[in-house]
Amino acid sequence: MRAAPAVLSWTLICATGWMALAAADTPMPTPPRGKGEQCVEATDVMRRDHMRFLTHQRDETMHRGIRTQKHSLVECLECHTRKDTQGQFLPVNAEGEFCDVCHDYSGVTMDCFECHATTPRQPKPASARSSAELGSDISFRLRITP
Amino acid sequence: MRSVRYQTLAGQSGGYWILLAVLAVLVAMGYAAAHYMEVNGHYVTGMSNQIVWGTPHVFAVFLIVAASGALNTASISSVFGKSDYKSLARLSALLSVALLVGGLIVLVLDLGRPERLIVAMTYYNFKSIFAWNIFLYIGFLLVVAIYLWMMFEPRMNKFGKSAGTVAFIWRFVLTTGTGSIFGFLVARQAYDAAIMAPLFIIMSLSFGTAIFLLVLIAAFEWTGRPLDDDILRRLKNLLAIFVSAVLYMTLAYHLTNLYATEHHGVERFILLDGGVYTTMFWLFQVILGGVVPLVILFSPTLSRTRGALIAASILVVIGGLAQVYVIIIGAQAFPLVLFPGMEENSTFFDGAVNSYTPSAPEILLGIGGIALALLIAVVAMRVLPFLPERLGEQPSATSEPVAAEAAAG
Amino acid sequence: MQSTNAKSKMNCQRRKFIGRAGAAAAMLTLAPGVRLVDLALARPADEPASDKVRWGMLVDATKCAQGCTECVDACNEEFGLEGMGRPKTDAQYIRKIDLKDKTTGKRYSLPMLCQHCETAPCVDVCPTGASFRRVDGIVLVDKHICIGCRYCMMACPFKARSFIHENLTNQVPEAPRGKGTVESCTFCVHRVDRDREPACVEACTRAGHEALVFGDMNDPGSGLSQRLRELPNRQIRADLGLNSGVRYHGV
Repeated sequence: MRAAPAVLSWTLICATGWMALAAADTPMPTPPRGKGEQCVEATDVMRRDHMRFLTHQRDETMHRGIRTQKHSLVECLECHTRKDTQGQFLPVNAEGEFCDVCHDYSGVTMDCFECHATTPRQPKPASARSSAELGSDISFRLRITP
Repeated sequence: MRSVRYQTLAGQSGGYWILLAVLAVLVAMGYAAAHYMEVNGHYVTGMSNQIVWGTPHVFAVFLIVAASGALNTASISSVFGKSDYKSLARLSALLSVALLVGGLIVLVLDLGRPERLIVAMTYYNFKSIFAWNIFLYIGFLLVVAIYLWMMFEPRMNKFGKSAGTVAFIWRFVLTTGTGSIFGFLVARQAYDAAIMAPLFIIMSLSFGTAIFLLVLIAAFEWTGRPLDDDILRRLKNLLAIFVSAVLYMTLAYHLTNLYATEHHGVERFILLDGGVYTTMFWLFQVILGGVVPLVILFSPTLSRTRGALIAASILVVIGGLAQVYVIIIGAQAFPLVLFPGMEENSTFFDGAVNSYTPSAPEILLGIGGIALALLIAVVAMRVLPFLPERLGEQPSATSEPVAAEAAAG
Repeated sequence: MQSTNAKSKMNCQRRKFIGRAGAAAAMLTLAPGVRLVDLALARPADEPASDKVRWGMLVDATKCAQGCTECVDACNEEFGLEGMGRPKTDAQYIRKIDLKDKTTGKRYSLPMLCQHCETAPCVDVCPTGASFRRVDGIVLVDKHICIGCRYCMMACPFKARSFIHENLTNQVPEAPRGKGTVESCTFCVHRVDRDREPACVEACTRAGHEALVFGDMNDPGSGLSQRLRELPNRQIRADLGLNSGVRYHGV
């Protein structure tokens, strides 16, 4: 019985060590950088808590009319959408774009964009190319420019 | 006190498996239809911004209303101590649960966002009758489940009457809630009427008894169980009274509306020139679903045959569906009156009679709900002893006055 | 701690002062009657909507031109409401209704939109509370908790609501909307929160009709209140006692 704490701590130490080793050669997602030096919160905070901020902001805006920009989804789009070669915004959830990269990696489905805009407001594209085509274009470009 | 022996269905016959297979296929088709509607959005149905509740709601409301009425036989036995019905109480309670589940599934699958059902369970607006109904429906399932337990477990039998009484009261509240969904809609010409709640209660008794009779006869005949005509005769009389009461309440509803000039438009629409809704009302609801069954049920010669009783019950079910169709869709087809005394015209169909054609997915979803209710009943009867081995082995001493039974309902 | 608090309070007051001074300046420069919004009520982005305010609108049907759809077009543009070519299921936040008196034959034309009722039937019936009334009187749908039951559409006396019948893409950033939820006129709440008028009002004024006046019904000094006092006006379905936020003159 007295051995139990020792066994437990050894297990923990081994597990941690193993995970650290495993993490070293686990491929990590590399989402495209947003505009500017730093997001509205520290990167690790954003990575973990972005939905908490968004959900909180959503209720504040929806029900109380608070329109601060810091945690607003519309503002996320301003920094995290990129343009294609023709100057058209790419949907932020398109393949290889900011939201998609991590969510695809972690297998977490987003339903934000069933309703929310995926780009800042933009004029209608001149050519009638679908966003899917544009998406595949950019991912190709990404692969050749590390 | 005579002892009743209950027995599960053998469930070995080819007929049983065919029945299961047919019901399962219908349920699967209903689910596929709902999936198709959800993936594409509701534009693939006949529903629109004008007719916002369509055929799925007709089936769902019919099933939910009938569920409450199907409990009637059990209530008569437990609450009003009519021992002749006692052996049927289990079947009655089972059917009410099954019908309610079938109806609720249809209702949920027709939501714009069925996957957000959890939201409906976690966010409540207590001024909404819908929110109350969520509690009433879930509560009803619980109460009837407890009631069934009291009936199944010999040690608990002594609580049967109390549990039955709670279930009896609960279902009245439940159907009041369902009727009030429409009765409290102040904006629509055809609704906004207090009579909706009692009308729905009486409809529930009629539809529920008809379905109960059909299931009872099918279950006994298909399993070769002896079925005494005495109990059928009593149920037949009960059904006749309920059908008359539905006709009476319908008459009262329309007479009240006809007296108010404000409602002449909608009354004219339903009763005279509403096309399919007028036909639905007169031909299906009143004549086929009301008058003809009454003639059959009151006829001394016809009502003796089991076939005529089955026909009358089927007609009541068809008439019931027609009635709910007229109440839900007919009322929406008639335009909202925004400017009395004015002709209205817009790109949003103001002032125009709204057209609606049920689409295949909607009908399949509705039928799937009925099939699910029956599937639950058929499987449950196979697993647990809901059905008595025989009915009416000892002919009852005297026939109870019919009026007393009706009062029980 | 204290100093930051005091600082933010000071900031807040300074903002209010600037707002009010700006409002006063605007009052001076605008011709009477030509009011934009009630600038005096301008509030900073981090301040919630106030229950002192009741946003409302006056529709002057005598100025509304038959066949003109400027307000409707502006609304569709603002919210990205693109018809799918299926009129029965396409969303309409604001629509033009043409009326003809059955007895006299007199014709009227007017826009119909969410009436932003004080006791809104849609809010009462909504099972989840998705349909709600903001403290400043704007009736909205929180699409995050709307389950798409459509009970509000059954309850609305004005047929003001639409259900989204299909999958959507390319939504407008300020106007999220998606399949399976119910929506209606928001009084352009995203503009109102930033002290701008609703798109329909702006368009009507731009077209020179000035049939729509928007403002704070609770502020006796607002342009809207002044007009409501001057012009005889009514609520649609006043019999229901809903105290609607949209009033009509000349019908």
